[in-house]
Amino acid sequence: MVTQTGAVPAAAPIPRLLIPELDKCIQCGFCLPHCPTYRLLGVETESPRGRIHLIEAAAQGRIPIDRRFEEHMYVCLGCRACETACPAGVRFGTIIEAARAEIGPTGSAPARRMTLLALRHLLPHPGRLRAGARLLRLYQRSGAGRLARALHLLPRRLAAMDALLPPIPDRLFAPAQEVFPAIGPRRARVGLLSGCVMSILFAGVHEATIRVLQRNGCEVVVPRGQTCCGALNVHNGEREAARAMARRNIDAFLGAGVDAVVINAAGCGAASKEYPILFRGGAARDAERAARYAALCRDVTEFLDELGLRGPLGEVRARVTYQDPCHLAHGQHIRRQPRELLRAIPGVELVEMEGADRCCGSAGIYNLVQPHYARQLLEEKVTAVARTGAAVLVAPNPGCMLQLAAGVRAHGLRMEVCHLVDLLDRAYAAHAAP
Amino acid sequence: MELADVRRHIRDRDALARALRDVLGPGRVFAHPADLLAYEYDGSVLQAVPDLVVFPQSTEDVVAIVRVASRFGAPLVPRGSGTGLSGGAIAPVGGIVVSMSQMRRILSIDLENRCAVVEPGVVNLDVTRAVERDGYFYAPDPSSQSACSIGGNVANNSGGVHTLAYGVTTNHVLGLEMVLPDGTVVQLGGRGPDDPALDLVGLVVGSEGTLGIVTKVTVRLMRRREAVRTMLGIFPSIEDASQAVADIIASGIGPTSLEMLDQLTVEAVEPAVHAGLPPDAGAVLLIEVEGVREMLDRSAQIVEDLCRRNRAREIRVARTEEERALYWAARKGAFGAMGRLAPNYYLHDAVVPRSRLPQIMRQVMEIADRYGIRVANVFHAGDGNLHPLIPYDAATPGETERVMRASEEMLAACVAVGGTLSGEHGIGFEKNNYMPWIFSEADLEAQRRLKTAFDPEDRMNPFKVFPTPVSCGELLTRRPPRLAASGLWI
Ligand SMILES: Cc1cc2nc3c(=O)[nH]c(=O)nc-3n(C[C@H](O)[C@H](O)[C@H](O)COP(=O)(O)OP(=O)(O)OC[C@H]3O[C@@H](n4cnc5c(N)ncnc54)[C@H](O)[C@@H]3O)c2cc1C
Repeated sequence: MVTQTGAVPAAAPIPRLLIPELDKCIQCGFCLPHCPTYRLLGVETESPRGRIHLIEAAAQGRIPIDRRFEEHMYVCLGCRACETACPAGVRFGTIIEAARAEIGPTGSAPARRMTLLALRHLLPHPGRLRAGARLLRLYQRSGAGRLARALHLLPRRLAAMDALLPPIPDRLFAPAQEVFPAIGPRRARVGLLSGCVMSILFAGVHEATIRVLQRNGCEVVVPRGQTCCGALNVHNGEREAARAMARRNIDAFLGAGVDAVVINAAGCGAASKEYPILFRGGAARDAERAARYAALCRDVTEFLDELGLRGPLGEVRARVTYQDPCHLAHGQHIRRQPRELLRAIPGVELVEMEGADRCCGSAGIYNLVQPHYARQLLEEKVTAVARTGAAVLVAPNPGCMLQLAAGVRAHGLRMEVCHLVDLLDRAYAAHAAP
Repeated sequence: MELADVRRHIRDRDALARALRDVLGPGRVFAHPADLLAYEYDGSVLQAVPDLVVFPQSTEDVVAIVRVASRFGAPLVPRGSGTGLSGGAIAPVGGIVVSMSQMRRILSIDLENRCAVVEPGVVNLDVTRAVERDGYFYAPDPSSQSACSIGGNVANNSGGVHTLAYGVTTNHVLGLEMVLPDGTVVQLGGRGPDDPALDLVGLVVGSEGTLGIVTKVTVRLMRRREAVRTMLGIFPSIEDASQAVADIIASGIGPTSLEMLDQLTVEAVEPAVHAGLPPDAGAVLLIEVEGVREMLDRSAQIVEDLCRRNRAREIRVARTEEERALYWAARKGAFGAMGRLAPNYYLHDAVVPRSRLPQIMRQVMEIADRYGIRVANVFHAGDGNLHPLIPYDAATPGETERVMRASEEMLAACVAVGGTLSGEHGIGFEKNNYMPWIFSEADLEAQRRLKTAFDPEDRMNPFKVFPTPVSCGELLTRRPPRLAASGLWI
């Protein structure tokens, strides 16, 4: 391809990057205005269409996978709003993940090493995660955190992480029992994916999820053998450990004989439903089991909607606004169910914010990798949220909850940020003890 | 002759890049090979890598860019959102792509005088969004309205699904600010319906970026009608639907839209939008009427009678705004959804006198049969603006050539019945060599002289619109095979 400027350097083609999803893009450009980074920057290289084109060019060996390429691939939030906008049904998430798998995690050499270490040796091991969380809690409570911040001792990325991390709560999610019985006649036996961040920072949400499921006639199993879903690995170009983690979850839940695997984190749900892609081209057994597992996976709102919510619900008086987590709205096409569940709670007044399905900038660890853009998106989001006058902001995904809570705090808004099951749980409790 | 022979070589690209960075700042000049590749395409299937890409944020920036380019003799290619379907925003002979995507402010809205001043990078739909709460809208609504820019619309004189009633872009642009290739800034037109000067606005609208770079646009805003009714007529065949179109227009009720989707289109689009279109219908006609509420029942009744008389088996009326949006989503998502049928599609944009619609539809199908290809028809039936769309797979040897030959024959058939080359997508670098089909050498020479008056050095979007010694086929065949398999060609 030296027909044009002659400036195009040759590189080795990467045939495995020529994935079938690329073929569907007809470059119509409909994705551009839906892409948060294109909206911010107004350049084609930071748009879905541009990224797809560059990935295809790299696959063909027209450009090398270099720093510049890496930048473009990692400025992307992975929010997949483009998938919703795409008339041709291009699965952009699959494409960008394939490209990142060629790059690995982003950042300086030490940052990459640190990320890889966490992805390979921390996330897959719930025990290590809990131990780490306890250490962090100690650091936060000892005042060392305050000191480090005051003296600007932390490297940039760690400082960003430090600012974002809420205090590690007293209670981590490590239930003593594996099975929680249904209340009333049993309607289903379901598994609960406990995940990594959720079980450390949001034990309360898991407990609420279990109670709500029990009240809906579900016997809830929390299999011990399970682990983190591996979404962060896949999003950051790590697939080895991700596959191992996926296998562990598949074994744990298929072995538990459940009717559904209920997931209360949007990002984990999308990743779990896409396990078959992770095992593409691999062993037939993996592919078959991944497909069976994926078919069982349900977001908690999707599951409750299918099952039919059981009353009686007490009153929760609140003006509520709902943030569509990207990996729920765009990744799993779930928008109606959470809204209907909210409307089912007596006393809840649901007010829509402008651009509810626009990314808040959290996007996994994006707010750590690209803090600048993440902040701009968060500003936009908090402004839209504030305009609703809501007292409660519901965002059923841990990353969104953390990011939005930080935004709400920074703006001094008096607003509770919570998960949808928190409100449902409260409604059940309100009925029990009015 | 090959493109390489006509490429305008820039003496010192690095010095040019430096000079541009001096005036714009480092982040707003792209020179890295990977970044340039992201500007080698637009909505068409043609590709050519530019030498540089720049991002002005103001008229002053554009003036500075144009001045620097002039010093280096570098061609300039304005670019909006890059949704154009005729290669207008790519640089076949090289040069600087001037992306207007960072000039996207709505500068003022004057509801009393029903106009707004916008920067060219503003997305078409955002103009309507800014005024719809007050009951106004910007009428030209291409199917790409959620993405394409006002500047691109002006350059291509774009039309839309309500063109039948409201006209095309040129009927809705009151004034323009434009930077000429020598850096002069001119104000054309004004805010009123008639301007005492020569109608240079009319000249610039539709000039495809060959005269200058538009930096501000004063657009007309229209008041929403009181009520709208959107209907779907389900027909056994495309000929029946075409006849219904002719009858509805003849009836004098003045529909605002008459849009056709044939069976293959429905097959592609239904899985994407779930609008409930029947898979076995020969054709679906989307009909819209607007006006005073009391009037609509009667208009709708006339539409229904005329459809039934032409063998429509069912008429659906959108009962809610959601349903209406769904019908339109099916129409507007049709091109994009073609990616679901085959990896490539070749799309035409030709116009025939409306009375010839049924005849030309038969001819198109006959040509398709003869070449053994499929054709999906989705088009502005009310305007006689055809968009036969041929899904195909370029990976099959010989397929591209077959499709191109069939397409050329279809285009010739349209011209033969008194039609023309392009309804709304522009000529660009895709149909410029067909221009002699409809214009005499004298016609073309008059147009050339006009271009030279604005752009004596031929640096504004060269190789577009006018016939050239090189054809776009070369840019197409130069695409690496796999890329050709993900393209779109009108
Ligand atoms: C799926 C799809 C559906 C479409 N439907 C329609 C339709 O219904 N009707 C229709 O008319 N078109 C349609 N189009 C074509 C296209 O969207 C229009 O031509 C649109 O006006 C192009 O706008 P853009 O901003 O993308 O311009 P670009 O593609 O970026 O550029 C188009 C032309 O405008 C010039 N230009 C851009 N900005 C400026 C400026 N500021 N000053 C001077 N010249 C400039 C460029 O040089 C180029 O020649 C469709 C395209 C797609 C992909």
